[in-house]
Amino acid sequence: MTPLEVTQATGLFSLSWLLIAIPGVIAALLLVAGKVSNPWGHILATLAPIASFVLALLLFLQLLGRGVGDRSVNLKLYDWIAVGNWHIEAGLQIDQLSIIFALLITSVGSLIHIYSIGYMAHDPNRRRFFAYLNLFIAAMLLLVLANNYFALFVGWEGVGLASYLLIGFWQDRPTAATAAKKAFVVNRVGDLGMSVGIAFMLYLFGSVQFSDVNAGAANMTFTQATILGLLLLLGACGKSAQVPLQSWLLDAMEGPTPVSALIHAATMVTAGVYLIVRSHAIFAQTETAALVVSIIGTVTLLAGAWIGCSKDDIKKVLAGSTMSQIGYMMLAAGIGPAGYAFAIFHLVNHGFFKANMFLGAGSVMHATDDDVNMRHYGALRKALPITFVTFGMGYLAIIGFPFLSGYFSKDHIVEAAFDRSWILGVLALIGAGVTAFYMTRLMIMTWFGRDRYADGVHPHESPLIMTVPLILLAIGSVFAGLLLNDWIGGWLDPAVGGQSGHSGIFDFSLIGGITLPVVAIGVVIAILIFGRGRQIPVEQPASRSPFTLAGRNDLYGDAINEAVFMRPGIGLVEGVTKTDTGGVDGAILGVSGIIAGVGARLRRWQSGFVRSYALTMIAGAFLVGIVVVLGRLA
Amino acid sequence: MDPQAYIVMSAILFSIALLGVMIRRNVLIVFMCIELMLNASNLALVTFSRMHGSLDGQIAAFFVMVVAAAEVVVGLAIIVTIYRTRRSASVDDANLLKF
Repeated sequence: MTPLEVTQATGLFSLSWLLIAIPGVIAALLLVAGKVSNPWGHILATLAPIASFVLALLLFLQLLGRGVGDRSVNLKLYDWIAVGNWHIEAGLQIDQLSIIFALLITSVGSLIHIYSIGYMAHDPNRRRFFAYLNLFIAAMLLLVLANNYFALFVGWEGVGLASYLLIGFWQDRPTAATAAKKAFVVNRVGDLGMSVGIAFMLYLFGSVQFSDVNAGAANMTFTQATILGLLLLLGACGKSAQVPLQSWLLDAMEGPTPVSALIHAATMVTAGVYLIVRSHAIFAQTETAALVVSIIGTVTLLAGAWIGCSKDDIKKVLAGSTMSQIGYMMLAAGIGPAGYAFAIFHLVNHGFFKANMFLGAGSVMHATDDDVNMRHYGALRKALPITFVTFGMGYLAIIGFPFLSGYFSKDHIVEAAFDRSWILGVLALIGAGVTAFYMTRLMIMTWFGRDRYADGVHPHESPLIMTVPLILLAIGSVFAGLLLNDWIGGWLDPAVGGQSGHSGIFDFSLIGGITLPVVAIGVVIAILIFGRGRQIPVEQPASRSPFTLAGRNDLYGDAINEAVFMRPGIGLVEGVTKTDTGGVDGAILGVSGIIAGVGARLRRWQSGFVRSYALTMIAGAFLVGIVVVLGRLA
Repeated sequence: MDPQAYIVMSAILFSIALLGVMIRRNVLIVFMCIELMLNASNLALVTFSRMHGSLDGQIAAFFVMVVAAAEVVVGLAIIVTIYRTRRSASVDDANLLKF
């Protein structure tokens, strides 16, 4: 691998800060302008990501025209922090990796903005919603375009803030407010790892710029690299809802559905994968940390699939599926140079098909008076034909139907996992089968069978402003894999130090041959259980299967957190409180009590009789005189 | 004349005044005794000045006189006010300021 040539920005590239500034400024404008901007705020806010998308597309075309060596462009904005030997500049790095992300964020983001115009049409706070969405776009673009970990961290916290604000967008619902707080708190745990990791980088390299860190990474000892890798992984786990910090994502579904699609499926939750891939030079030095990344990815992909199998809430099934798919990306990212490009490839595909399905779920909710329980759906394909077809495309893409996007990227990951270790490979393969099972279950419960919705619910197709983004995303889900498969490996490898094996569209490998039957088995089982002739009860049937119960309770993630962190935390706080009231307060109050007691006796001297005061004074003067005389004599 | 006699004189005057402050209850007597103590110390100061051949003691005596004059003004005013309100010239009756 040749070291990265970093060229300075000229021409159009020197304007790339506008990518971030446009949505950022508009977010601020909408929040400051207040009610005045209610009539036009959403339109302005929708134009912002579109403008960023056009700019990103132009930059991408310019990069395409350049030679491989010149594709990493550095734009220094200004000196940010200069303390002693540390010079941290605020700057952007536009290279193969960040431009792919910028395109994904702005394209999916634009479509979701358009969709939200329809989805949020009746919400009195629509302007505030759009302001937050724009804030998110700006922060996410800063996260991926930054040329150093400090600026990345600012974006990282920015998306966390936007996520918090949007999960809790309907503040009047206590569940939403709690979910927002939970997401914030769990993310802080990850951020702790992230900020300690950045501090460690400053200590090791004296710089947090990607180019300096990559250059210095080779000089790290194994231990240093492992510690740094695990710290970054902790940050990634928090943001990407990986085990053990997964518990917030399912609750995050309390937010409006476009938010779930944009932030909690397509873009923000993949930031952890971006971080791992961006830090490839560090993970190259440490087998251990990289293996831990893969293991966590594998555990999460199975945990997410498990949860997906047992939920009745359509958004929670999709959220479990998101966890699971990000698990695949983490698995690929942990595999190392052979997996980075596949991780990003799957990330892009996932961005399209999962955003598509989430928005489809939003369209279904729109049609059924905001009901999310799939047991109350059924036979919706007749009422919502467009949503059904687009959702079906997303479904086929995620289970890996041949030549749709998931087929390429997931097969690559399974294959790479088998190359790494057969255990990881087999688990990833099982995950693919389970994915097919729960997604088929979702499809059958929502679209097929008999209608089970309550009286008075009249499902209807959503307006064009919502279906057009669905159609575009469905096209993306179908063709992204086909378009990118041959190209993305070669494009990304120089930027991420990768060595992805080239595989053409019609290269069939043995593993690919096994994956398809496994997926087919998953689909068939789901059809046998939920398909034709089977009644789906409107009420969730009681179950005694420990697997089902665990899945319905999010694998007891909250219970574990409560038992391991919350209870001991409360115990610790109670102990500290006792020490404080008993020990510290006791000592202080005791001393003050003694002094008060002594004072109560001493004040009796103040008798009010002037002559006794005079006597005391004279006695004192005598005493002083005696001491002086004795002092002279001695 | 032996300057020591003046010192003795001063000590005697001071002791009388001290006793007066301690045993008399009439506030005017107590007040005069305080004046007497000041003048006894003035006498001692002037005598010491004479014995050491410097003027320091005499200057100090002037200061004491000035202070004494000021004290008379303030003290008598207080005494008169107390007498007017409490109809008593006994120092033991003015005992409200206590614990």
